[in-house]
Amino acid sequence: MNKEVIIETKGLDLTFETNDGPVHALKDINLTIEKGDFVSFIGPSGCGKTTLLRVMADLEQPTGGTCTVNGVSPHEARMNRAYGYVFQAAGLYPWRTIGGNIKLPLEIMGYSKAEQAERVSKVLELVELDGFDKKFPWQLSGGMQQRASIARALAFDADILLMDEPFGALDEIVRDHLNEQLLALWARTHKTIGFVTHSIPEAVYLSTKIVVMSPRPGRIADVIESTLPIERPLEIRDSKEFIEIAHRVRDGLHEGHSNG
Amino acid sequence: MKSFAPVLAVVSAIFVIWYGMAVVLNSTWAYDKAKRADVTLSFSEMVADTMVQKKPLLPAPHQVAAEIYKTTVLKKITSKRSLIWHGWITLSATLLGFAMGTGFGILLAVGIVHSRAMDMSVMPWVITSQTIPILAVAPMIIVVLNAVGISGLLPKAFISMYLSFFPVVVGMVKGLRSPDHMQMDQMRTWNALKPTMFWKLRLPSSMPYLFPSLKIAMAASLVGAIVGELPTGAVAGLGARLLAGSYYGQTIQIWSALISAAILAAALVALIGLLQNITLKRMGMLR
Repeated sequence: MNKEVIIETKGLDLTFETNDGPVHALKDINLTIEKGDFVSFIGPSGCGKTTLLRVMADLEQPTGGTCTVNGVSPHEARMNRAYGYVFQAAGLYPWRTIGGNIKLPLEIMGYSKAEQAERVSKVLELVELDGFDKKFPWQLSGGMQQRASIARALAFDADILLMDEPFGALDEIVRDHLNEQLLALWARTHKTIGFVTHSIPEAVYLSTKIVVMSPRPGRIADVIESTLPIERPLEIRDSKEFIEIAHRVRDGLHEGHSNG
Repeated sequence: MKSFAPVLAVVSAIFVIWYGMAVVLNSTWAYDKAKRADVTLSFSEMVADTMVQKKPLLPAPHQVAAEIYKTTVLKKITSKRSLIWHGWITLSATLLGFAMGTGFGILLAVGIVHSRAMDMSVMPWVITSQTIPILAVAPMIIVVLNAVGISGLLPKAFISMYLSFFPVVVGMVKGLRSPDHMQMDQMRTWNALKPTMFWKLRLPSSMPYLFPSLKIAMAASLVGAIVGELPTGAVAGLGARLLAGSYYGQTIQIWSALISAAILAAALVALIGLLQNITLKRMGMLR
């Protein structure tokens, strides 16, 4: 397979200067994400998985090594609006309707009114929220709010979707449902997705590639290429293959922990 | 409707205390008069007298109400004895000062939020400005501005502004800073520029902070306008009525001006409350 490289890091290092001395958040991260990959970053708190995602999004500046997104620096990629970012909390503006919230990045990027309306209805349909555009965020459940936030990240034509524990605050049933939806959405849109999570089943279920990270300093413990088929019903989680991959992830996490 | 009963209870308690105090405070003068006229007053005669004195120590509520009625409804608005005429003089200075103070306050807050230098240098002076007793500064402002040929409305509005910009600065700085890290990062992922962040995120976020500040600013503005009227030699305005009343011992006039000022302040603050409800409702922030 000779796929286009979308995100690449080489020897990436990041040290935060804090009042308690330097914190080595990322150490020697070498990673390649190819077009259409669904890459999960999994690891315990403080392993730098969110920081790594934020470096790719130009929200943190690395102190060493290189990172390229679409072949350019993360800063240029951000200027080009190359990615949509979904945060842990939905972060919808309470004074805007769902439609208004999704329009927000489009307004900032200068899309025409007609184009805005068209895109809003398109992405709302994509996350199965059609008909909710006139509702205010507080009228929606937590899961629906997070879906609206994903719709907002999809509204403009970014090929990359970076998601930082988007379903972390939701209960398991809602989470399962959203995971299924996310896979369907990924299949339809062919986006390249970076996905930070705490949950092993979530990582295994969603990903084509699982990056297991370990803390102090944050580094990559293992990279697992998933052998699961692209079509993944929820029941796949009971298959032998799934359990084997999950096992390998757990081993990676465990190893990283005992070394740290 | 639920809040009606407690409010009514408090109002009646105030009236009972007021009438009681009027009887107690005015009784001395009632007894003095009786003594000079060589008559002894029964208790009920004394009470009756305390309710109708010309220059009581504390006028009874109905006396104040009658005075207000007399000087509003029964006088032409253009008359210098009309409380509406005086009220309008004060109100115009209040509103102008409030507008100036709000504008100035918001401008300062925007500067403070966006510039670290301004944050460090301006904020201490903003706070210091409020520790200076306005009663001491007001005459100087009036005199100085008079000396350069500015008189009438503007000097009073200036004092109003001096008092009213402060709550607006404090509230708006807090409000404009209320978006959290995540919301700011979110804006950055869309490559939004500072002005966009201000108009689309900071300003709307600050609205729930702005209105309580405006209420305080409005009340402070009225106080400023009244204080500004005192050193002008009691020409016009509610402050002038207060001062003139105290010159001539017209306690009823003082109290009616005082009550009118209170009613005016309550009405203005209620108006802002209404504006707040409409704005926040339209923004979907009132549930």
